[in-house]
Amino acid sequence: MKRIITASAFTVAATLAFAEDVAPDNVVFSEYGEVEASLSGQAGDPAAGLQIMVSRGKGNCIACHQVTALQEYPFHGDVGPILDGVGGYRTAEELRGILANPKMTFEGTIMPAFYRTSGFNRPGNAFTGKAAEGELAPLLTAQEIEDVVAYLQTLQD
Amino acid sequence: MKLLFRGGVVAGALFAALAAQADEEANLVINGDIEITVRTDAPEHVAQLGTIYSGWVFRSDETQSLQMDDFENPGMIFVDDAIDAWNTVDGTAGNSCAACHGEPESLAGVRAVYPKWNDEAEEVRTIAMQVNGCRTERMGAEAWKYDGKEMINMEALIASVSRGMPVDVAIDGPAQSMWELGREIYYTRFGQLDLSCANCHEDNYGNNIRSDHLSQGQINGFPTYRLKNAQLNGVQSRFRGCIRDTRGETYGVGVEELIALELYVASRGNGLSVEGPSVRN
Ligand code: HEC
Ligand code: HEC
Ligand code: HEC
Repeated sequence: MKRIITASAFTVAATLAFAEDVAPDNVVFSEYGEVEASLSGQAGDPAAGLQIMVSRGKGNCIACHQVTALQEYPFHGDVGPILDGVGGYRTAEELRGILANPKMTFEGTIMPAFYRTSGFNRPGNAFTGKAAEGELAPLLTAQEIEDVVAYLQTLQD
Repeated sequence: MKLLFRGGVVAGALFAALAAQADEEANLVINGDIEITVRTDAPEHVAQLGTIYSGWVFRSDETQSLQMDDFENPGMIFVDDAIDAWNTVDGTAGNSCAACHGEPESLAGVRAVYPKWNDEAEEVRTIAMQVNGCRTERMGAEAWKYDGKEMINMEALIASVSRGMPVDVAIDGPAQSMWELGREIYYTRFGQLDLSCANCHEDNYGNNIRSDHLSQGQINGFPTYRLKNAQLNGVQSRFRGCIRDTRGETYGVGVEELIALELYVASRGNGLSVEGPSVRN
């Protein structure tokens, strides 16, 4: 069996954090889970976002979501909703919030929080099974979140 | 196939995914002789599942067929190794397992009821703990490593003589508090991905995560021969792997939490047949 979210998936990219990034613990969510402004202070790059969506070592979003535009990349899961057209019915603020911490939008969801570093039970040191050492890094950097938001906005019906 | 899933959406997804990867209607008969219950009504304490399924149901046709014939099941080679160990004298008392237990078949039915409360030891014991109890206390031999090769082989032998018998672990009486601890752990989210066993194996069985087709995470098939690592795998090692995959800190094999979890997960399969050593991917 290939493990669900294989050892390489969700590799931590914390080394790329910049001073002007909003720190994960400081992200402000609206009542409905939206995040107003860019986490990195920069615009996102949709091409980079695409790569993050499909790579096991990064977002690995297609592990749970089908996206017709990404059909050339194999093995889309069906745990989450199909994301076709999501850029049309969700705002950038909503998408950013869903990525940073989807539990603020969908209570109790299975979707992981990609920009959150505290509040976990027995956090591990990546996929080693050992206890985490020191501070956790978010699954994606602030800029990577912005890149994925930018890509999702290209998904229009 | 009788489907009692809660959501129509889930059921639809299950059919779609299984159609591509496995035969969801298939029945398992081993060696044309041992009938295995791979789907049945869920026991009352997991009524939310409606129907419980062996992990075998979710595997590809090829993987499924490997388990239908002992000559094709790679796990059976290790059963042969364990038969040798069964008959071998070990330890200061000069005993083999056979000296007291006779044929391995004398342990038929044992796999089906473990983990189980042991009155003398006043604890819930797994089969591995019982085997090591016999080795250290009755044979004067060294304990085998928990989930180590010798132990897993012996567990495969002990499971094999119970194949076809319904899993029936007791969850009440003195075992109840451990069972409750196991249930609590089952629903606890672990790791940076913040996922519980239930998130994957209760809410999403039948769905795919990337290329993995999720089962209910039942343990009636243990030890399992996995094509992925080409060896027999113990229950608690499997649990450890699943917790690790949540980017979580796992537990060691043989600790209270995993014994409790083993008891609880076993009980979710009450009514399925013992089918170890099974074949999985
Ligand atoms: C472990 C599975 C999983 C992974 C991995 C995952 N998601 Fe999700 N996602 C879900 C589920 C399930 C939902 C539905 C929310 C709910 O009700 O729980 C969802 C909802 C969403 C939504 C809202 C869709 C809508 O219709 O409103 C978006 C957008 C989204 N995910 C994007 C992503 C992106 C981008 C990634 C990768 C960075 C990702 N997801 C990774 C499971 C996942
Ligand atoms: C000196 C005799 C003796 C030897 C040698 C011995 N056992 Fe036992 N074993 C027993 C007795 C007596 C019991 C029942 C004790 C109990 O129920 O707790 C038992 C119980 C067990 C059980 C639990 C059975 C049940 O019904 O719950 C297993 C499994 C087991 N033995 C396996 C083994 C294996 C494997 C070996 C060899 C490595 C072995 N035993 C060697 C005497 C022995
Ligand atoms: C991220 C999703 C996920 C989580 C969380 C998870 N597992 Fe799994 N588990 C899998 C996948 C994928 C497999 C392999 C395919 C299958 O059988 O579902 C698997 C396999 C198993 C198996 C083997 C089933 C068989 O038929 O051989 C067991 C047992 C199991 N898991 C138990 C657990 C337990 C107990 C927990 C909680 C500690 C847990 N899993 C948490 C994804 C998960």
